[in-house]
Amino acid sequence: MSSKQESTIRTLLVALTVSLVASVFVAGSAVALKPVQVENRLLDKQRSILAIAGLGDDLSSAQVKELFNSRIKARVVDLGSGEYKDGFDPVTFDPLKAAKDPKTSAALSGEEDKALIKRREQFTTVYMVEQDGKVESVILPIRGYGLWSTLHGFLAVKSDLNTVVGLGFYQHAETPGLGGEVDNPKWKALWPGKTLFNDAGKPIIKVVKGGVDPASPDAGHQVDALAGATLTSNGVDRLLQFWLGEQGFGPYLAKLRQQGV
Amino acid sequence: MAQQPTVKEVLFNPVFNNNPIALQILGICSALAVTSNLKTALVMAIALTLVTAFSNLFISLIRAQIPGSIRMIVQMVIIASLVIVVDQLLRAFAFSLAKQLSVFVGLIITNCIVMGRAEAFAMQNPPMLSFWDGIGNGLGYSAMLVALGIIRELFGAGKLLGIEILPLIKDGGWYLPNGLLLLPPSAFFLIGLFIWGLRTWKRNQVETPTFRMAPQVSDREAY
Repeated sequence: MSSKQESTIRTLLVALTVSLVASVFVAGSAVALKPVQVENRLLDKQRSILAIAGLGDDLSSAQVKELFNSRIKARVVDLGSGEYKDGFDPVTFDPLKAAKDPKTSAALSGEEDKALIKRREQFTTVYMVEQDGKVESVILPIRGYGLWSTLHGFLAVKSDLNTVVGLGFYQHAETPGLGGEVDNPKWKALWPGKTLFNDAGKPIIKVVKGGVDPASPDAGHQVDALAGATLTSNGVDRLLQFWLGEQGFGPYLAKLRQQGV
Repeated sequence: MAQQPTVKEVLFNPVFNNNPIALQILGICSALAVTSNLKTALVMAIALTLVTAFSNLFISLIRAQIPGSIRMIVQMVIIASLVIVVDQLLRAFAFSLAKQLSVFVGLIITNCIVMGRAEAFAMQNPPMLSFWDGIGNGLGYSAMLVALGIIRELFGAGKLLGIEILPLIKDGGWYLPNGLLLLPPSAFFLIGLFIWGLRTWKRNQVETPTFRMAPQVSDREAY
């Protein structure tokens, strides 16, 4: 190699040019493909809402759109008062973005923050599954920290506001094979039918280690933890405590109980 | 300088004669991780083949300009950019597959095959030949991945590409699947068997042993 090629100026120049071309290339593709990706993510979210509501797995994109539009109604809720909030378009409103904005969210103190999410949004979107104009179940967005990542998911509750219809996470980065088993259909099948609250309205659903004794009177509100994933299981437990409690959907669920679903 | 290899040589030699997984023992990690079903194995194979081919092409195009002191970084920048673009494309057009492959698409960046071919071939050879060399090595990797994917999905889950081939006992059929095949270690065993088979067929791939055990000369027991 010639010595001209090895000079400092030349080295810097080549590095700069290569970086510049590569960044334009990467940025260009990211920007150009963004609309399609956003669409995909939305579809994926809707698909998981339908699956958690028990309306079907493995649906095609057209089926997802069709079912979602005909059966699911999105409403924006004020988490503080538990009232529905008009004036937002539930389709475009993004609760996760709102949770990052100091204007539309509040910081949680260490004790309140059981799900380790740091900030909670003022408004969020809930989904009603309707059949012939009657609400069958309510789907609540939930999230919390597991071992490596925030688990984002949904909890579907029957119209008695106590029985689980389904629980699932559509986005997380837990260890594949261990914490990643939150996606395992076998584990998710443990949830339907479990009860969330005791008679006093306190959340008592629990993820327990070492297996649930089916003979125990508590079996109705206990779910087996994931093997080899204590921290992810604890995360799921804590995030349920949080979102079903006073800081989460407590006020909203109380309102619904009073007024009827 | 040795005579330049022909396109045919660079394209097909890596499949059996110089397989990146079986002979060079590169890219094992992803070969374990994504081959539990054929579909992800195929997508990974295509993605890696394209990345290797284009990184070879671009690196070879500017090989005369790259200063020796930063050549690895420059190769890395080019490879990483290509992988990000592939990842973006998968997210846009094959979202559920992209979700299944998760980190492994990103990890193509660190796949030794890509870097190995850039350093060993593209830095010394003209662009089009390098491109074909990338495709060829991609094919070698693909052949191994597809073989693993077929065996693991067929005997581990009784399916191919999600279509039932061997009806499982639990669904009323006759086939009891081997669950081990769905776990990563099984790919190790299979790769080992492939290497054995390949080296029995092509004796010249057998490495000369680095040392030879001396014969036992005394009848006394070792202590």
